[in-house]
Amino acid sequence: MARNGVVSWRRRSEKLDLSPPLISEEAHVLAVDDSLVDRKVIERLLKISSCKVTAVDSGRRALQFLGLDEEKSSTVGFDGLKVDLIITDYCMPGMTGYELLKKIKESSAFKEIPVVIMSSENVLARIDRCLEEGAEDFIVKPVKLADVKRLKDYMTTARDVGVEESGGGMNKRKLREPCDLMMPSSPPSILSSSPSSSLSSPSKSPSPPMSSSFSAPSSPTSLDSPIRRFKMTNAD
Amino acid sequence: MLGLGVDQLRADMNRLLAMLFHQGVLDEQFLQLQQLQDESSPNFVSEVVNIYFHESEKLLRNLRGLLMDREFSDYKKMGTHLNQFMGSSSSIGAKRIRNVCVAFRAASEHNNRAGCLRALELLEHEYCYLKNKLHELFQIQQQRVLAAGVRYPMQNN
Repeated sequence: MARNGVVSWRRRSEKLDLSPPLISEEAHVLAVDDSLVDRKVIERLLKISSCKVTAVDSGRRALQFLGLDEEKSSTVGFDGLKVDLIITDYCMPGMTGYELLKKIKESSAFKEIPVVIMSSENVLARIDRCLEEGAEDFIVKPVKLADVKRLKDYMTTARDVGVEESGGGMNKRKLREPCDLMMPSSPPSILSSSPSSSLSSPSKSPSPPMSSSFSAPSSPTSLDSPIRRFKMTNAD
Repeated sequence: MLGLGVDQLRADMNRLLAMLFHQGVLDEQFLQLQQLQDESSPNFVSEVVNIYFHESEKLLRNLRGLLMDREFSDYKKMGTHLNQFMGSSSSIGAKRIRNVCVAFRAASEHNNRAGCLRALELLEHEYCYLKNKLHELFQIQQQRVLAAGVRYPMQNN
């Protein structure tokens, strides 16, 4: 499915060719969830949002994939396929999402990777704990397309600053409105004051000049925004 | 005649969906799943739902097994199964099932075995209903695909 827009300075990758020396055009997300149903859904949500996905069923496997597991190191996994975001369920047998988050933030190699926690339980203490530990955001399940669209703002690589979709006529979207599949960019928000024009800005700071930048998002500039986003997610 | 078939099927499907929404059996998460289905993933909804059915039946068997055990006391284990069931139900938009799970969990947290048994029966009933209705829905969809195929035959053979 041709998803990438007509940005001439980026070379299009053909199909599944990884072409290691090039910057991959799509963000690569590592999704962690012990529920198969949820893995399928999050995988699809991410793919439809133009992300490459690796889905694993436990924190342990996630660490193995990253090469962080003390006992078993992955020889595959990191071959030039950088991880731009980790999204993990909170409640998992064995290692919880919180424990996984801690391990990632403790690692010098991976602590810069944004980590998002998902949970079906709307527990404030849990959310606070995760955010304090460095989680980028906390999504209350079930995860929706609008949630995933928002996640693209957290991706560490500067990508998709150009047009995401070649069919991107409609750029304004109400938050949580069912999106059709020709979808561009981030939902406009009620949450941040950034105008939602056609660019999906990687930056989270309010009022970014939309014409700018390829700068990778800085570390959490507005700690209140994840909570507000959380509330928005929750406020059905 | 065939054209009428396609439209009729679409109407049937919409009516069924509307009814399920009206009854609170499904919620907007199911619509979200439908939006994730397209030419590149034309069977997404039924694939996910079939995984859900498969898992749910296992969970229901486990729950029944636990409760039928005369010496049952592992409410914590039951809670784990319930959380799983709740989570996956919510992910596909199975609202009523999820709500029964919530009540079930409450009974479980109070070590209320009788309450758990009642909740389990209700859960099994709701699950059966959902499964039947979704199968019906998928059947209609399949018929639509077939009918549309006949209506617009392939030109190049």
